[in-house]
Amino acid sequence: MITVDLNCVDIRELNQRLHDLNGDDGRNPWRIVGTDGRHSIAVGLNAPLTVVVEGHVGYYCAGMNQHADVTVNGHAGPGLAENMMSGTVRVTGNASQGAGASAHGGLLVIEGDASSRCGISLKGGDIVVGGSVGHMSAFMAQAGRLVVCGDASAGLGDSIYEAELYVAGSVGGLGADCVEKDVTDDHRRRLAELLCRAGIDADPGSFRRFGSARTLYNFHVDHAGAY
Amino acid sequence: MCGIVGLFLKQESLEPSLGEWLEPMLVAMADRGPDSAGFAIYHNPAPDGALKLTLYHPETGFDWETIAEGLGTAFVGNVDLQVRVTHAVIVVNATEAEARAWLGQHHPDVRITSVGAEIEIYKEKGLPDDVAESYAIRHLTGSHALAHTRMATESAVTTEHSHPFSTGRDLCLVHNGSLSNHNRLRSELERHGMTFQTDNDSEVAAGYLTHRMAEGASLEEALESSLEDLDGFFTFAIGTRDGFAVLRDGIACKPAVLAETDQWVAMASEYRSIAHLPGAAGARIWEPAPATVYAWSRN
Repeated sequence: MITVDLNCVDIRELNQRLHDLNGDDGRNPWRIVGTDGRHSIAVGLNAPLTVVVEGHVGYYCAGMNQHADVTVNGHAGPGLAENMMSGTVRVTGNASQGAGASAHGGLLVIEGDASSRCGISLKGGDIVVGGSVGHMSAFMAQAGRLVVCGDASAGLGDSIYEAELYVAGSVGGLGADCVEKDVTDDHRRRLAELLCRAGIDADPGSFRRFGSARTLYNFHVDHAGAY
Repeated sequence: MCGIVGLFLKQESLEPSLGEWLEPMLVAMADRGPDSAGFAIYHNPAPDGALKLTLYHPETGFDWETIAEGLGTAFVGNVDLQVRVTHAVIVVNATEAEARAWLGQHHPDVRITSVGAEIEIYKEKGLPDDVAESYAIRHLTGSHALAHTRMATESAVTTEHSHPFSTGRDLCLVHNGSLSNHNRLRSELERHGMTFQTDNDSEVAAGYLTHRMAEGASLEEALESSLEDLDGFFTFAIGTRDGFAVLRDGIACKPAVLAETDQWVAMASEYRSIAHLPGAAGARIWEPAPATVYAWSRN
């Protein structure tokens, strides 16, 4: 276990030390303390490291993550795990706006609530939220899954492309072109597998599924010659 | 981008610590707003019937004694004067209208930053760290305070454009965000007889709240109606005589964090400002919901 106290080591030095392990097998777990809401903790990791962050973090924690397993024991500020490519990011508390924005892959688990615009422009990652999500979540989400065990506020899935949304609680309103869809056995099986992987105890049978009605699509392959 | 902080103490016994706790809150937001900084503090109530004014003149070493003497002659009674850098707090036996008229006639170059019984507003161009140091914020005592660090986006970097803005007696506003309809709204408010010192959008928000409350709205009603009438992005913190309120617009893209313990309520743009407060680790911490008024007071 390597412990880094951010009261003694600045963020750039911490992140450089973690980046120096890029491509490494990263067997030594890391523990980050003294966070005090600091920004950009453990961003840009590109190795199968285990990083445990003790305390609340500020903006952009674990952004652009690849391969690493990052756990924040606390709350996270805006832009958590933004543009994540792979690996796992877990927050035991709540996350502010834009959590998992544009994530291409990997798994983001928020055990508490996520604020507005969770999973905005999601591009293939999976996000599991133990609590509720704020307004305009999954706005323009293109691929991947957003699973909300609590409620979703207004504008869920506005202008959504092909991401899948699951909500167990109430929905404050669907955004443009977002509609409720059937939940098949296959959806439930895959959802159960995702919840299990996320370590979130929720009944897969209690979720409703939402996705794109595809009425906002202007490009159609039959019209390819026109472009 | 700007930084906002607010600290409200629930117990009178903690009042000696207000400045000591507030200063690092303000300084932690310096990189959100390095242009200028300001703060409003509530303490040392004026005697019944007296008025407390905070005045500003850009000249350090300005002759405040002459103003205090003039006010003492015009309005019979003791005039209490305390000078802090470019600001002076004067307690005078006059109504607000009388004091404004006298100052406007005799010292039009002096600006009034606050009016009330307890509020004092200080603001200055420059790095928040320097402002905190020159005003010795850490030594201030009081029941609650708001502070602001400014990164100008809408208008010039001057002391006059800095926050907090007075919104009436013992009321003030700090704002993170930008308003799109402030020019039209300013014209409308001017038609109702309001005057503005700058072209700043936040001053219009402050004027709007002042106007609505002058029409009879409660602070909460004025804030609710601001959600309809103000077009733009905002996180507001509003200081009142016995507490403070927080409001974010419906889009809520400007950050805000609230934290509460048995001893205090703190509001900040980022948790970094709250982390150092005693008991922060065990505080209830949450993000204020969009378009929702949060308010605390001792009463």
